[in-house]
Amino acid sequence: MLENSELYKAYRDMKLIREFEERIRAEYQQGKLPGFIHMYRAQEAIAVAMCMNLTDQDYIASTHRGHGHCIAKGCTVEDMLLELCCKDEGICRGKGGSMHIADMSKGMLGANAIVGAGPPIAAGAALTAKTLKNGCVSVAFIGDGASDQGTVAEALNLAVVLNLPMIFMYENNYYAEFTKNPKPDGRIAERAGAFGMPSVCIDGSDFFAVYDAAKSAVERGRNGGGPTAIEAIVPRYYGHFEGDAQHYRERDEVKSSRAMSDPIKIFLQDPRSEGLSKNEIENMDNEISELIETGLEKAYSATEPSYEQLFTDVYVDYKGH
Amino acid sequence: MAEISIREAINKTLHQEMARDQSVIVIGEDVASKHSGGVYGVTLGLSDKFGSERVIDTPITESAIIGAAGGAALTGLRPVAELMFIDFLGVCLDQLMNQIAKFRYMFGGNVITPVTIRTMIGAGAGTGPQHSQILYPLLVSIPGIKVVAPSNAYDAKGLLTQAIRDDDPVVFCEHKAIYDELAEVPDEEFVIPFGEARKVCEGNDVTIVAFSRMVLFAEQAAKKLSSEGISVEVIDPRTLSPLDDKSIIESVKKTGKLLIVDEANPYCSMASEVSSVVAEKAFYALKAPIRKITSPHTPVPASPTLEAFYVPSVSQIEDLARELSNY
Repeated sequence: MLENSELYKAYRDMKLIREFEERIRAEYQQGKLPGFIHMYRAQEAIAVAMCMNLTDQDYIASTHRGHGHCIAKGCTVEDMLLELCCKDEGICRGKGGSMHIADMSKGMLGANAIVGAGPPIAAGAALTAKTLKNGCVSVAFIGDGASDQGTVAEALNLAVVLNLPMIFMYENNYYAEFTKNPKPDGRIAERAGAFGMPSVCIDGSDFFAVYDAAKSAVERGRNGGGPTAIEAIVPRYYGHFEGDAQHYRERDEVKSSRAMSDPIKIFLQDPRSEGLSKNEIENMDNEISELIETGLEKAYSATEPSYEQLFTDVYVDYKGH
Repeated sequence: MAEISIREAINKTLHQEMARDQSVIVIGEDVASKHSGGVYGVTLGLSDKFGSERVIDTPITESAIIGAAGGAALTGLRPVAELMFIDFLGVCLDQLMNQIAKFRYMFGGNVITPVTIRTMIGAGAGTGPQHSQILYPLLVSIPGIKVVAPSNAYDAKGLLTQAIRDDDPVVFCEHKAIYDELAEVPDEEFVIPFGEARKVCEGNDVTIVAFSRMVLFAEQAAKKLSSEGISVEVIDPRTLSPLDDKSIIESVKKTGKLLIVDEANPYCSMASEVSSVVAEKAFYALKAPIRKITSPHTPVPASPTLEAFYVPSVSQIEDLARELSNY
């Protein structure tokens, strides 16, 4: 049973992700943000339920669709907006942008623009935890598209062979970019299980289902039980990237999946969250809007990186050329 | 001081650094093997001394080895990963090129990635097209990685010590055909800073800049030519990225003649890089066109007969250096 304070946190984080994304989506459509952005909407419960089982010392490796993971792991909205606007004060000094937000103080090892590249890195963080015996775990977030990459298979295998404290958190949103993933529900978890780890397939729009699966996976990892795979299913809400018109999807399909998979609505309708007060939720909503508006204002008025910044932090120390 | 081989120098350095720093781990294929210590015995004895938790044998899984080494480096360890042959870069390049090399930059300078990747390079053992390449030019062209290629046991120890202690990612290229080369190496720890070339021998007539195994060939050629009265200066940059431009230019300003010897394929090689540096920065010091000796624009053949044609030879170096001297 979750305490009320935990339920409020769950709501707040999911709502913050939702509002953050809707706001930057609107800004992006007006041409105010550079590069590509990839919307996480409908998958909020997965990041939040997973990360509520982690501490700042635990690690996550994220994906190109990483805003939700960042917020759930504790990156601040202000830091993220500065980075999305590629400003000098951004958490990556404007050199990472949406697809590379990282915050070591929160154990956030980076969003990643290469599909399937995160799991080997997360395995390395798990190896650190195992070597230092610090009881930490490492989570790789992986899309259904990435589940077909060889790097993911290699990481699954290495995690089993070295008995790493690691969780493979698959988010099956049914689409690998523009192409529908033909695998039946559960096939991804089954594959991971075939490497020799416990695996489970759950409804990714159900916060409580993800929370319970994540909790037991994290406990197993902390207790030396090795890796676990979780496949959380929730259909993608928007396109692959913002601006993708999704001509490859039937309108009805988009409509019905949108109606079915609103994790915040499902969370609030669940009897387990009935102790939450409407007033308190309204207050939170207001705080969230304010937080985003203030962050956005700050980000737009922040400074552009200077010419010198082009050359800094390629190396710690480099003598030559 | 005892003479030891490059293989022993690397092995002793790994022992020394693992004993000195608990965060150093060794990870790769067959690295913990108690009988052989990897294909060429370089990691022999490490697993006995430091145990399987710090000397980690992996499946054959280069992306996971390099990626995990990068992730471990990002989170507090100082891994020495072995990419058995540099040719295997083909199956794990993303983890090096897009991840490890870019962590510090794309994360705004908030991280260090102190990972060393030891790898074997080079022809000369009849190992054919996929186990004999040089390939370091690919890596030298990627910002964020340092690339090192020792030509003797002394440098191997000093450079590997520096690589492991370095806070940036380093690829340490070991030429498989020179593992048995002997040199005097002190027992105590020492580092050789990156970006400092070694003057192998002094001379006034021709400068030869050579890399890795080619340094040995250039040295032999220089000895031969000295008996003919031609005075050759051989420079071993030792580190390819960063490259010690200054020492090369200084030498060219003295001799006015430059020959570069690189076992890499010719296009976009270290030979073309050094050539471009000198053409840009020391053009008016040149008394003759810059000359290069590289392997040809072909894969490395398996046939020992063809392989001998493929690898630059001492006599080729002698001939071109002589020609330059007479120019």
